[in-house]
Amino acid sequence: MNTRKTLAELKIGERAEIIGFTDALLSLKLLEMGCLPGSEIEMTHLAPFGDPLAIKVSGYTLTMRKDEAATIQINLLNN
Amino acid sequence: MSQRPKIALIGNPNAGKSSLFNSLTGLRQKTGNFPGVTMDKLSGIWEIEPGQEVEILDLPGIYSIYPKSLDEELVINILGNPANEDYPDMAIVVADASNLKRNLLLFSQVRDLGIPTVLALNMIDVAETEGYVINSIKLARELNVEVAEINAKKGIGINGLRLAVGKTLANRYASNDALPLPVDEQMLAGIQLKFGEADPYRSLLWLMEHDRLKMFSPEQRKAFDVIQHEFQFKSEEYKTSETVKRYEALSEVVERCVINLNRQWDAPPVKTWTDRLDSVFLHSVGGYLFFFLLLFVMFQAVFTWAAYPMDAIDAGVAYLNDWLKTVLPASALTGLLTDGLVAGIGGVLIFIPQIAFLFFFIAMLEETGYMSRVMFIMDKLMRRFGLNGKSVVPLISGVACAVPAIMSTRSIGSWKDRLITIMVTPLMSCSARLPIYTVLISLVVPEKSTLFGLFNLQGLALFGMYLLGFVMAIVSAWVMKQILQVKERSYFIMELPTYKAPRFKHMAISILNSVKAFVFEAGKIIVAISIVLWVLASYGPGDSMSQVDAQVRQANPTLSSAELSNRIASEKLENSYAGHFGHFIEPVIKPLGYDWKIGIALITSFAAREVFVGTMSTIYSLGGEVDDENATIKNRMRAEINPETGKPLYDAALGFSLLIFYAFAMQCMSTLATTYRETKSWKYPAIQFFYMTALAYLTAFITYQMLA
Repeated sequence: MNTRKTLAELKIGERAEIIGFTDALLSLKLLEMGCLPGSEIEMTHLAPFGDPLAIKVSGYTLTMRKDEAATIQINLLNN
Repeated sequence: MSQRPKIALIGNPNAGKSSLFNSLTGLRQKTGNFPGVTMDKLSGIWEIEPGQEVEILDLPGIYSIYPKSLDEELVINILGNPANEDYPDMAIVVADASNLKRNLLLFSQVRDLGIPTVLALNMIDVAETEGYVINSIKLARELNVEVAEINAKKGIGINGLRLAVGKTLANRYASNDALPLPVDEQMLAGIQLKFGEADPYRSLLWLMEHDRLKMFSPEQRKAFDVIQHEFQFKSEEYKTSETVKRYEALSEVVERCVINLNRQWDAPPVKTWTDRLDSVFLHSVGGYLFFFLLLFVMFQAVFTWAAYPMDAIDAGVAYLNDWLKTVLPASALTGLLTDGLVAGIGGVLIFIPQIAFLFFFIAMLEETGYMSRVMFIMDKLMRRFGLNGKSVVPLISGVACAVPAIMSTRSIGSWKDRLITIMVTPLMSCSARLPIYTVLISLVVPEKSTLFGLFNLQGLALFGMYLLGFVMAIVSAWVMKQILQVKERSYFIMELPTYKAPRFKHMAISILNSVKAFVFEAGKIIVAISIVLWVLASYGPGDSMSQVDAQVRQANPTLSSAELSNRIASEKLENSYAGHFGHFIEPVIKPLGYDWKIGIALITSFAAREVFVGTMSTIYSLGGEVDDENATIKNRMRAEINPETGKPLYDAALGFSLLIFYAFAMQCMSTLATTYRETKSWKYPAIQFFYMTALAYLTAFITYQMLA
């Protein structure tokens, strides 16, 4: 089974590891906000209508829109 | 005495920067303007030791020195340019100890710019409850800076910070390293040759951000472009690799200086208060329910609680006015002072309670961290209309008053989203429209009628007016989204801060600053316009005004003295400059169904729409206490006959046309003044004025022509 996905496909409660980014401009912003490759993230909330979403990464909560989340490549972790 | 040293306060949003600022400066703060930027400049004085004062400058919260929005540009424009008047002698970087690695990224960038820096470690208690123990002495040695452990909220550790700052100010030691990632030496030499000696990292910042730095002329920017091209230097790639590289180095530092107790125990993560609250506030049903409940309470407060102090201010100003009139000799000057100046100042002061209440709630929402949750749940809805999750707050506040609402758009990072929000916020029906709606609705909607025997039609009409304002605001936003072509990427990558108990001192300062800004900035203009209006309504061309008195007396010998003076006042108004203006614009407003008297009310309303009821009552020769006699104005307006048709003037067509006009027209000098203040340009208040007035005219025209 291929466990590689983007963050946008993650379901609430699922955890994953950040692999990389597909958007150069966004990746800088994400890095600066603490989303580093190798760090573990957990999908915690979806806003009504499924967008934006909130994730937990190294102890704090970040929000982003679905299209922004789709630029983050992840590796699903087994819970 | 030499000038006070300047210290810039820098840090991630929510790292505790503002708390520290308030702890250090207390009430010795002042707001000013950064030249040419749409941000308030907050600075204050800190007495570092007896007799030695430093100036603390609170810079906006940032995650890195590379700006992503116009607001963040401010920071590099100050830190990147030693010639900037706000360029600091040193910096205090406030770091959230519970998120050390990310906070140190910004620290390392600031330090590498060559600015002497002290690291203030905040929220160590939070880090410890999360199982992290930080060896700050070791950290200071590793990073080669002074480190102070503080608790900004409780004001603990300030003495340690004093020592660290004092030492750093004395030796001015900037422990900047070589560049995080090497670049072509020749390129660096080229920049330094052309733009002067600087720390290598600063030179590189100039190269990468030259378009955002106001210190460079268009020619200089071109020169940077040439250098970039010559050496094939890719700024964005460099920034990303630099960030990764810095994190790698910082990871090692953190590894050596921080002990993670969780790792040893392998304890399951604790469910924090924030997690529990978020499961309610971010819930797809419960979140909305709570939000609307909160809105309800907020408007109750702004409308009902604020009414008491507002009535008191109103009565106080009226009393002062009467008192001045009895004490001072009756003259034109007294008239100007009382009906012009004092009434004008009263018109400013009366909004203070609503502004204070509104800012109390907004400060509370911001302080606790709930505001970010509202943005989160509303973003998707608002985005469809060219707005942003962050536009919700100003739009809501606009129902009370557009002035504080526009001021609250500062939290919107994207300039385009913020501009659209500022432009459409005045379409929300503010509290000044409420008396107008009330009077007009009671004229055109039958009092006893109900819908399905359930809803009071008048109440429904009032609700409809508010809804209309909101719908027009988001429709206008959508139109502007199509027109505005600003190349600025809008992000919604935002941190949801943990919930915090509000700090009432901090809130009090923020409310005080907002009220002060309103009274002094917008107040100046309101007062000026009030004086002009008073002059226009009190004087007329030639000697027509002085003859009115005798003419009215002659024509109506049987009237009682009260009625007589009312009649005289109304005749005077018709002969005043304002009256002439009314007649002058009559042809323009005729298609909307208005006569010259309504014309005067419209003209006076362009300063502030709340004068409508007062002007109407003067025109229909009532004068005196307006609010107590609303019914009488209503009756007089109801009795007004259209000379052409012989039917009542205020029929449904005119009533609805006026309602629509007042709902959409830009009739508030204070709002325009605030838009100017927030956008730093006359272009936007001008556009706002014309688009809203055109919208009002067009929709009122259609309404009148369809109903007439």
